[in-house]
Amino acid sequence: MSELSVKHLLGIKYLQEKDIQLIFETADHFKEVINRSIKKVPSLRDITIANIFFENSTRTKLSFELAEKRLSADVINFSAGQSSVKKGETLIDTVNNILSMKVDMVVMRHPNPGAGIFLAKHVNASIINAGDGAHEHPTQALLDSYSIREKLGDVANKKVVIVGDILHSRVALSNIFALKLQGAEVKVCGPRTLLPKYVESLGVEVETDLRKALNWCDVANMLRIQNERLDISYFPTTREYTQQYGVNSRLLDSLNKKIVIMHPGPINRGVEITSDVADSGQSIILDQVENGVAIRMAVIYLLASKIKQ
Amino acid sequence: MSQKVLLSSKEINIILHRLACQLLENHLDFKDTVLIGLQPRGIFVAQRLKKILQSEYSVKKIDLGLLDITFYRDDFRRGDKPLEASKTRIDFLVEDKKIVFIDDVLYTGRSIRAALTAIQSFGRPREIELLTLIDRRFSRHLPIQPNYRGRQVDAINNEKVKVMWEENEGEDVIYLINK
Repeated sequence: MSELSVKHLLGIKYLQEKDIQLIFETADHFKEVINRSIKKVPSLRDITIANIFFENSTRTKLSFELAEKRLSADVINFSAGQSSVKKGETLIDTVNNILSMKVDMVVMRHPNPGAGIFLAKHVNASIINAGDGAHEHPTQALLDSYSIREKLGDVANKKVVIVGDILHSRVALSNIFALKLQGAEVKVCGPRTLLPKYVESLGVEVETDLRKALNWCDVANMLRIQNERLDISYFPTTREYTQQYGVNSRLLDSLNKKIVIMHPGPINRGVEITSDVADSGQSIILDQVENGVAIRMAVIYLLASKIKQ
Repeated sequence: MSQKVLLSSKEINIILHRLACQLLENHLDFKDTVLIGLQPRGIFVAQRLKKILQSEYSVKKIDLGLLDITFYRDDFRRGDKPLEASKTRIDFLVEDKKIVFIDDVLYTGRSIRAALTAIQSFGRPREIELLTLIDRRFSRHLPIQPNYRGRQVDAINNEKVKVMWEENEGEDVIYLINK
């Protein structure tokens, strides 16, 4: 198999297991490329990509832009804050205007769940979802699984716990889909108020005791509290949250094994994870960022190869 | 579809020995020379040549790298089938080295053009030569010629030269296939 089964990357939900393997194998090649002295290949020199961000982003935006440039694509960037969206332009109009400048692919982050799916139905370009509200963030889940594969050899049969604000997290949902697709065991851990009601229907188990969850798992993916999405109080105080669901080195040292610590960023140091853990040898947080570029190169390359001339 | 044997195992062996001698004549101890096998099919020729040079002509050390050119090709999105990449492994410096590109069949010359671009990502070699087992004459799209050639073949466009290797397909043989 050398082709993705999809034309857009809207969510992990729409992928098959073999798509994920193809993305990983392609990313292996690109990881070798980005470690050369000249980190660029000319494959996409006739492709133009628009990065459209209706929501703030540091890592994802930089990572996509770097991936596009490493593939020699032409890149235009658009942030909603400085655009005509403020003047009342609709999403389809905005994107169609951008596309009429001969753009082949759109990478979009949007606060509304399903924005990418909506766009894919109405415009003629390949769409990559770079995060849509609390729905999906597929490239993050792919790079998380890729990092687990790199560290532990395989994702199948590994035990992964996702800790924190599962309710508002697109990273959690995409990760659950990706990990289950690859045959990993998944638990979610956090205060009941931050766990979606029907999360078990996705085939994951719920654990509210962090120590038990960490003793069970091979990998812990720590998520931050999405303060910008919390409309009501979900837990009494941040201090209390940290006491129950924050990871520190004392807790990790008291476990019966060494587990791998992941975090999609941005980190709230001292809340969900202490600095000594985030910077420790058990943490692969910076590997995740490096792998992000290789994974995004792979996704863009594979989707671009489906755009006919 | 019909096929005829272009070269047998014995003939391939003789040609490989001759090519090894020609390389030896120009590069002696391979101190400043590195071999680069082009993925996916050139690596078998390169590995055979390295083996002959080391075991039969006692060259002590030869650096052999594998170069994949997929991301440098000029036909991305132009064919029906997507391009599939192979591994690149060059764990030595090519800066100021003499490089010999090794491939099995030289046809349009476009792969070699891509390889010339790809190798630049690893540094600036002093010079680059090309060795090919089969040279399909009169079919070049670009002004590229080999420095070392195993056998020159006249093949028309709907014919295909297929090189098989014992380690991969069970026997050493080269076919000319008429599609």
